[in-house]
Amino acid sequence: MQAATENVFKALSDPTRRAIFERLARDGEQTVHALTDHSGVSQPAISKHLSVLKHAKLVRDRREGRETHYRAQPQALAPLIDWMSVYGAFWRDRFDRLENLLKRMDK
Amino acid sequence: MTNTAPTRSLVIEREVPHRPEKVWRALTQGALIEEWLMKNDFQPVVGHRFNFRSTPVPGWDGVINCEVLVLEPNSRLSYSWGTMGTESVVAWTLTPTKDGTHVRMEQTGFRSEQDAAYKGATYGWTKFIGNLERVAGGLD
Repeated sequence: MQAATENVFKALSDPTRRAIFERLARDGEQTVHALTDHSGVSQPAISKHLSVLKHAKLVRDRREGRETHYRAQPQALAPLIDWMSVYGAFWRDRFDRLENLLKRMDK
Repeated sequence: MTNTAPTRSLVIEREVPHRPEKVWRALTQGALIEEWLMKNDFQPVVGHRFNFRSTPVPGWDGVINCEVLVLEPNSRLSYSWGTMGTESVVAWTLTPTKDGTHVRMEQTGFRSEQDAAYKGATYGWTKFIGNLERVAGGLD
């Protein structure tokens, strides 16, 4: 797997980072302070999560005065849209469910 | 818009210890399909148009538009699969084996409309990322 793809997968495998990314994608640019206020997580923790998202190019930052603003870069999700990976995981999960159903149909 | 994206296919195969007739029921009876795939209004009739419905998320209405293309009881089933500006075909093939059934799913002809894929709709796919956590876990 390409390093860029791997970074995206890893960045989004954490539920807190996923929540941050989804919030930025949904609500637009936010400061670190604003993200921290709504998260119930400390600011250093949020900053660390943001640096992982930034490394995966999922967010971009911009300094303005003493505040750093972050915005989502949804195009960085492109590797995930690669249908081989997305649908592959999707169908394998559904195959598992199909097999479970077949077992239950015996009873 | 020009669309020169190559088409690709995804194949998943498994052997299950159940007879083809039973696997066929799981693939073609709406209530059973819902148990393992999604809510649907599938009917086992060639030409029947139906939807799979998943939970909507921002940027994706959760709807997959389908049409039954092939229906050969206990053997072959295929339907079109259209969502988020993409079109593909899902084809199931059941082959009896000594101990059960060889189940083959092939999804082909997928084309991605750049527009739909890269606009705001993009993050609708984060819905599926939950499924990818195991994949990500396996990367370490």
